[in-house]
Amino acid sequence: MTAPTDRPTDVQSAISAFIETRTRTTPEPDVDIFAAGGLSSLFAMELVVHLEKTFGIAISGADMRLDNFRTVDSMVGLVTRLGGRVDA
Amino acid sequence: MTTEPITVLGAGVMGVGITALLAGHGLPVRLVDTAPEQLTRAPGRIRQELRTAHLMGALPPDREQGEVSPHSGVSAARGARLVIEAITEDTGLKKAVLSEVSAQVSPGTPIVSNTSSIPIDELAEAVRHPGDLIGTHFMNPPALITTVEVVRGARTREATLDAVRGLLREVGRRPVVVRDAPGFVTSRLLHPMINQAARLVQEGTASAEDVDALMLGCLGHRTGPLRTADLIGIDNLVDSLWVLLKRTGDEACRPCDLLLRKAADGHHGRKTGQGFYTYEESAT
Ligand SMILES: NC(=O)c1ccc[n+]([C@@H]2O[C@H](COP(=O)([O-])OP(=O)(O)OC[C@H]3O[C@@H](n4cnc5c(N)ncnc54)[C@H](O)[C@@H]3O)[C@@H](O)[C@H]2O)c1
Repeated sequence: MTAPTDRPTDVQSAISAFIETRTRTTPEPDVDIFAAGGLSSLFAMELVVHLEKTFGIAISGADMRLDNFRTVDSMVGLVTRLGGRVDA
Repeated sequence: MTTEPITVLGAGVMGVGITALLAGHGLPVRLVDTAPEQLTRAPGRIRQELRTAHLMGALPPDREQGEVSPHSGVSAARGARLVIEAITEDTGLKKAVLSEVSAQVSPGTPIVSNTSSIPIDELAEAVRHPGDLIGTHFMNPPALITTVEVVRGARTREATLDAVRGLLREVGRRPVVVRDAPGFVTSRLLHPMINQAARLVQEGTASAEDVDALMLGCLGHRTGPLRTADLIGIDNLVDSLWVLLKRTGDEACRPCDLLLRKAADGHHGRKTGQGFYTYEESAT
């Protein structure tokens, strides 16, 4: 898995921006956005669909688990591993 | 375990969700709706429910998914192991469909209504064998909520209750059996509460976001009443409140103007993409 650099990568800022509009808070890249409660399975599913559409990837099988969507970093890792691109 | 299919009537929010729960646990389902567009949309919606359940780790691993077949008529109840009715919350409609079902199935086949609020014994008037009728009140989304309120009508037979208990165990749900009454326990408590929450928004006391934030942050709710309204479907919620008002006389159950307006405007919540909140994912 590619480690994200200190500077926000494009994938990273795109994911952060989406979370920001939906939750009205700015996510720290390594903080579990589900830990505070109030974010549901429906939001988790929204993240899946959003990542698939935005980065042109298909998430399935063992990748479909909540742990992959808990932090911006883990989502960046998943998108990168699946070959997602911002202009997809 | 029997392999005869379970027939689910109604391919709306709950019919789809219940079908996903059953199929996700390997059981074959015949899904019936009289509206062709609902049957057309159902496979995509079932897939979405199953993906969500998978994401949340709520499905048994390595179990082959049960087959789901679409049907347009109640004859699909013939030969079913059990029938689950999840059509529109309207006493007349439900009685008519339950009466048709009871003419199709052999005596002893459990007929289960997923009504939110109509007393089971009232619906039992419509069926040939009232002892075969029982209520199960699955909550949305059924594949993720593990507790199910089960309603035993005055005439429900023990064998019917046992069969439903057995099915719920097979699909990993925990039943809590209650006595028959309008709205049972969950709707009787939840629906007037959501109505009251909507009234607070209507009166300008707080925004929907803030009402939900307070219920979440201060009172430990998991979803918040207004997001729950969107998840239920505001049209269905209004129907259920009318059922409750008529049978209890409790004015807290009279749907407030804001709910009535949203229902009339087609802002039914998540299923239409707009309710108290806006939903992008259901637009597709
Ligand atoms: N939405 C919830 O959260 C929830 C929770 C628990 C119980 N319930 C109850 O479950 C039932 C279904 O609710 P819903 O939210 O899925 O409603 P819905 O409006 O989403 O779906 C109802 C479906 O029933 C179909 N239908 C109507 N008449 C029919 C008939 N005669 N034969 C076959 N199909 C028919 C409609 O075309 C529609 O697709 C209601 O009784 C409701 O009160 C709903």
